[in-house]
Amino acid sequence: MRLAEHRYKTISSIRSQLLMVEQVAAVRLGEVVRVVGPDGRSQEGEVLLIDGHTVLIQIFGECRGLDLRESTVIFTDAIKQAPLSLHMLNRVFNGSFLPLDGLPTPLPEKWVPVAGVPINPTSRARPEEFIETGFSAIDGLNTLVKGQKLPIFSCAGLPAKEIAAAILKNCTMTGTGQGRKQAVVFVALGLSHYEYSFYMETLAAIETNFVAFINLSSDPVVERLLAPRFGLTVAEYLAFEKEMDVLVVITDMTNYCDALREISTSREELPGRRGYPGYMYSDLASLFERAGRIKDRAGSVTMLPIVTMPEDDITHPIPDLTGYITEGQIVLSRDLHRQGIFPPIDVLPSLSRLMQQGIGTGRTRDDHRQTANRLYKYYAKGRDLRGLEAIVGRDGMSVSDRNILDFTDTFEQEFVNQGGSRRAITATLDTGLAILKRYGLEEL
Amino acid sequence: MKGRIIGISGPTVTVDIPDLKLYDRVRLGLERLQGEVVHLSSGRAMVQVYEDTRGLALGEPAEGMGRPLSAQLGPGLLTGIFDGLQRPLSRMAAVHGPFIRPGKLLSPLAMDQSWQFTPAPQIGDTVTAGEVLGTISEGSHQHPVHAAAAGTLTMIASGLVVLKEPIALLAGDIKLYAHEEWPIRQPRPYRQKLAPTAPLITGQRIIDFLFPLAKGGTAILPGGFGTGKTILEQAIAKFADVDVVVYAGCGERGNEMAEMLEEFGELADPWSGQRLMDRTILVANTSNMPVAAREASIYTAVTMAEYYRDMGCHVLLLADSISRWAEALREISSAMEEMPGEEGYPTYLASRLAGFFSRAGVVETMNGRIGSLSIILSVSPPGGDFTEPATQACLRTSGAFLMLDTALAHRRHFPAINWFQSFSLYDADMGSYFEKEVSPAWNRNRRKCQALLQRDEKLREVAAIVGADGLQDSDHLLLAVAERIRQDFLCQNSYSADAFSTPELTAEKINTIISWGEAAEKRLTDGEELADILSKDKP
Ligand SMILES: Nc1ncnc2c1ncn2[C@@H]1O[C@H](COP(=O)(O)OP(=O)(O)OP(=O)(O)O)[C@@H](O)[C@H]1O
Ligand SMILES: [Mg+2]
Repeated sequence: MRLAEHRYKTISSIRSQLLMVEQVAAVRLGEVVRVVGPDGRSQEGEVLLIDGHTVLIQIFGECRGLDLRESTVIFTDAIKQAPLSLHMLNRVFNGSFLPLDGLPTPLPEKWVPVAGVPINPTSRARPEEFIETGFSAIDGLNTLVKGQKLPIFSCAGLPAKEIAAAILKNCTMTGTGQGRKQAVVFVALGLSHYEYSFYMETLAAIETNFVAFINLSSDPVVERLLAPRFGLTVAEYLAFEKEMDVLVVITDMTNYCDALREISTSREELPGRRGYPGYMYSDLASLFERAGRIKDRAGSVTMLPIVTMPEDDITHPIPDLTGYITEGQIVLSRDLHRQGIFPPIDVLPSLSRLMQQGIGTGRTRDDHRQTANRLYKYYAKGRDLRGLEAIVGRDGMSVSDRNILDFTDTFEQEFVNQGGSRRAITATLDTGLAILKRYGLEEL
Repeated sequence: MKGRIIGISGPTVTVDIPDLKLYDRVRLGLERLQGEVVHLSSGRAMVQVYEDTRGLALGEPAEGMGRPLSAQLGPGLLTGIFDGLQRPLSRMAAVHGPFIRPGKLLSPLAMDQSWQFTPAPQIGDTVTAGEVLGTISEGSHQHPVHAAAAGTLTMIASGLVVLKEPIALLAGDIKLYAHEEWPIRQPRPYRQKLAPTAPLITGQRIIDFLFPLAKGGTAILPGGFGTGKTILEQAIAKFADVDVVVYAGCGERGNEMAEMLEEFGELADPWSGQRLMDRTILVANTSNMPVAAREASIYTAVTMAEYYRDMGCHVLLLADSISRWAEALREISSAMEEMPGEEGYPTYLASRLAGFFSRAGVVETMNGRIGSLSIILSVSPPGGDFTEPATQACLRTSGAFLMLDTALAHRRHFPAINWFQSFSLYDADMGSYFEKEVSPAWNRNRRKCQALLQRDEKLREVAAIVGADGLQDSDHLLLAVAERIRQDFLCQNSYSADAFSTPELTAEKINTIISWGEAAEKRLTDGEELADILSKDKP
């Protein structure tokens, strides 16, 4: 610990959001600094690089108005931390953890570094408790469990926002952890004003406890990298210290990755695929791996990030690297959306890798696995047959093939499609069973 | 060798310690973070730090340890789970809690655990350096304890010993211990390398039958996300007919490692009947742990694997995924401002990989035993594009290529190994082995099976254009047989009892299908109706 605050007026260069400061005597990597401009305005920044007594600083906000002669850099001797307390619940903050709801800043119970520390793999408890999202295509066929990280892969123009809102409103995390409290942490990155009002209405209407971090498209880009870290630090606190089941919804990770690219370029780092930095995998993992459960502790952190696939391309680095880290993915389809199906979830490329542990007797219902397997099998078959139908026509196909094609249409219209309504898991399974029965497909 | 920190850039730190050697281990700052010298110039050295450098300050102390990054080797590695720097994760959790914080060190081996030691020489005997002082039993394994120095024995232990105490003393109070340190980047020596002759049985039908692996051989499993790399590596780790398995989770998920720990603690090794964990060492450097330690993790793993090989064991090393290692190498290289090669990877990527692969092999050990080390690596090509540098570099040196196919995985055909693109350079040798040891029809059925699958592909292409009605009866029959090969033989659900198949069962299963197909073909030419053949006893 340094005894006094260190102040320097030795800025030697300013370029985009980077400051170079000379003759610094004491400094640590990642240290938070305050930069005060000639007009007295103050901003935060962080130490990026130390080379002897020269220090490179990344400013979180705007550099406009800073100069070389008058501006002062104050070193705080601390790395970036989040102020935590239960008073954060049901509050809305910006990407710098300042209140956006007009209420005063809550008094912190403690400060914790936002970067997080890895969970020791031997301390992890297996994610296996069912979360009900209210959507059949997820709950029935791609089940989410507590402690999982499961992204939604969307395309521009698809209703990812409405799906996120419905999950925020509808999700219940009962399962075996009956009686435990739940909370949602909502992190919005690069939001337009229109989307902002939409989500504010959603949050006002939900019954669960929430904490929201909102970064608007007009807000500083660096805050886009900070907001999810604040959100996750809060989530870990609520989960592992306050014993809550926490669902973290982040929208949109594509804006996060673009911010990462923008900042990396301004630091003149070597670009990787499509200009994204080579460390993007590790950076994304440092967020997603914070999901989980811990042995002998009650709470859980579950993540549901939303990713918009640029050019609808699942091999684009953003969805690709995300898929390599997360435990499955929920994929939205333009085709289903065009037919007016909501949620337009394509169950074929979708997958929940942790589903097996979370379903069946004692978790959802005894017949869950069997019903899910059948629906999946016939639907996959039907989708194959549609290819054949396009060539030979429906009339040229056998009776049983035509039956499966009809099943496939009904499955999309009645199982996947559910409009604005919420389905409990029993209703989901009953709907599936009824459709199978209608087409005489109870047997595999 | 002490000095101070004079610069910090992400995971690389510059120090002013004099007289360092390249690859020396360095401890940094008040937390004493671990690092390794990667670049020397006059008056300063660049250190690659294996832990999170956030919070490290200018002017903090730095100390050179005078030796390179090493692994501790001795009894008690089995059943252990270590991070990339060989920190014992179970004991770390017990001592420091569920989160891994920088700078915390514990010795990799449990120094207080007791072991049974049987001495060879007696007090008063003179021993030479390297001579065997006796053996420690760890389950069925006998660890030879080598004298680190020469001299006359003034004490030698017998019976129960603990690793922290010397196991013997030489005149002049020279202490000898039962464990040793070995620099992880340096291959352990052996007398000579031998050609692989025996198969590495994986229990996966498609591998053992179509693309067999060899003990002492190498293989890669490249595939896009969700194609089943991890599940397949874990299945092989469970079922392979080896003595010791080292599994390195390199830059992958924490949940997967936790699950493995749990499962391997409960399941039994199908060959010996013992608990799987008793033959297993896990190395877990998950994706959110520091990248430099990820780079080191595969060397930590291979060093422990070589150690058991040197005891005459058949050892299998699996790493998931080598792409994460390559990416770590790229990050380190770019932090050192080296000239980038293709896609930003350093130009030495291929030679480093080749060097790593060359640690596999069947060897005659220094004390005349035969041991083997087989290496299987998963590869995660960006965008599922196999032309990228890491896949290509692996492809050039590995003995088998098991390509995982996204289309098969989407159809839930697992293991999603593409049977047209994959190959094994060991197939001829292993084929003769299986023909001799398992079934005389092995190679014949194998050729037949491959031909059927080829023809099946062609026919399905045709059917997609002209419709199924455009095919002849014999074609339909072939499609039915191939379908059965695909569904019942090539598919193997890891979550079912079918997850493991012995070579005998594999041979029997394919023989049943192929014989049925041949009989049905005959009935068809004899004039029987296709519908009857297919409906009566559908394959
Ligand atoms: N042999 C198998 N039997 C049954 N299911 C399987 C099998 N292999 C893979 N799967 C299914 O595929 C999913 C993905 O497999 P896995 O986690 O091994 O993929 P991966 O290639 O390692 O992906 P990533 O690169 O993202 O780590 C599993 O969760 C499981 O549902
Ligand atoms: Mg994997």
